[in-house]
Amino acid sequence: MRRVAVTGIGVVSAIGLNTHEFWQSLAVGHSGIGPIQSLPGVTFKFPNGAEALSFDPFHHLDPKSAGMLDRSTQFASAAAQEAIAASGVSIISERTAVVTGCSVGGKITEDLAYQKLYGINHQRFEPMTIPRVMGNASASWISMRHGITGPCYTVSTACASAAHAIGQAFWMVRNGVVDAAITGGTEAPFAQGLLRAWEAMRVVSPDTCRPFSKDRQGLILGEGAAMFVLESWEAAQSRGATIYAEICGFGMSSDAAHLTMPSAKGAAAAMRSALKDAGLMAGEIGYINAHGTGTEANDRTESQAIHAVFDTPPVVSSTKSMHGHALGASPALEAAATVLSLFHQILPPTANFTSPDVKCNLDVVPNHARSHKMTAAISNSFAFGGLNAVLAFRSV
Amino acid sequence: MASNIAARVVDVITKTQHLELGKVTAESTFIELNIDSLDGLQIMFALEEEFGLNIPDDVAKKFSTVQQAIDGITALTAAKEVSPAEIK
Repeated sequence: MRRVAVTGIGVVSAIGLNTHEFWQSLAVGHSGIGPIQSLPGVTFKFPNGAEALSFDPFHHLDPKSAGMLDRSTQFASAAAQEAIAASGVSIISERTAVVTGCSVGGKITEDLAYQKLYGINHQRFEPMTIPRVMGNASASWISMRHGITGPCYTVSTACASAAHAIGQAFWMVRNGVVDAAITGGTEAPFAQGLLRAWEAMRVVSPDTCRPFSKDRQGLILGEGAAMFVLESWEAAQSRGATIYAEICGFGMSSDAAHLTMPSAKGAAAAMRSALKDAGLMAGEIGYINAHGTGTEANDRTESQAIHAVFDTPPVVSSTKSMHGHALGASPALEAAATVLSLFHQILPPTANFTSPDVKCNLDVVPNHARSHKMTAAISNSFAFGGLNAVLAFRSV
Repeated sequence: MASNIAARVVDVITKTQHLELGKVTAESTFIELNIDSLDGLQIMFALEEEFGLNIPDDVAKKFSTVQQAIDGITALTAAKEVSPAEIK
């Protein structure tokens, strides 16, 4: 089996429209949560979100291409472009894979079409509605744009989508199925119908996202994308590429219990599986980028799971407090945060933290980033439907 | 009226395809303008919206030049004026 290097990162998020801006925000604990602005005139029980407000698709795409893509694919396109350019990789088309994660697909496109249909009985749909809405639009677009002809597909496992995608891409490179992969996740969920559905779940915070705080009130929805270039270690080294981290483990599990209530047992199983896959001992993990949604149930259950796996839990933080919960893209944003943390040896904080919760007895790096020597880290993602995925990384 | 239709068809194709003004003429073929089948669908949609028409599939399939589109829209518009049945 081959070692696998992360040689390129691309990000679009509420806290930065490229990797540099994203890391600068994480490193100072800057939160991108604010009043939802993309749906003027519509009010929800939750007024706030984490939107990539200054994202301009025309900065990345010609007008005709931009018009063919939902916002989610525009994000993915920009992130993949940045990752590939940053890596300097020469893509060998048939030896490269594209694996993307996305939970809800082109919801904004769909929502606007249905608003016209059901709202004003406008029966004629834009012909690009179907190709914009399809969940695999981003994988297909990246493949087309970069001439990648190897395995190309999309994984949809709700809020773990991108972790399952990145894990599978990692395994394909490790096993020699391909030599490189473009992988990550994207999501653009700020559509009126979808937000109304989230409102009904009663898990979105009326103020902000305070993971692991005693007074946490729920998650804050976010949007964005993160994409990575994964390459075989030898190829990356021989061309002198910058290696941000080694991706070394992937673990999955299913709670097989409840559609929405998380299970500490399932989460712990996924963490143990990732450690085993990586050949890492629990004591070698210096940082956990938590799923850390800021809901009462997740943060308590995730804390239990971490205590079950680690005799002495490592430092934990939830960057969702800054970039929000971008559903299927969240694991990709958090993998980017984890890789950059290892690269810079700095822990991004859990922002908006107020007071500790005895049920979450962890060092969650409250509010201020911290220098921290670490050799390995994991990133947790636990989805509705009880689907868990954990990625493990080593510093170079 | 006819020349007005021609100008509107040219305008719709120019805008939908993000082409330079003046690039599309009545004489242009869709191949010359790099209009593929998916582009064609978008043009049909935009023409239907512009003229408040329903362009039947068998008519749409025959459009391979701008002039054919103009002629087709002209005929459909004339038919619509006789029988106002249309979809919104």
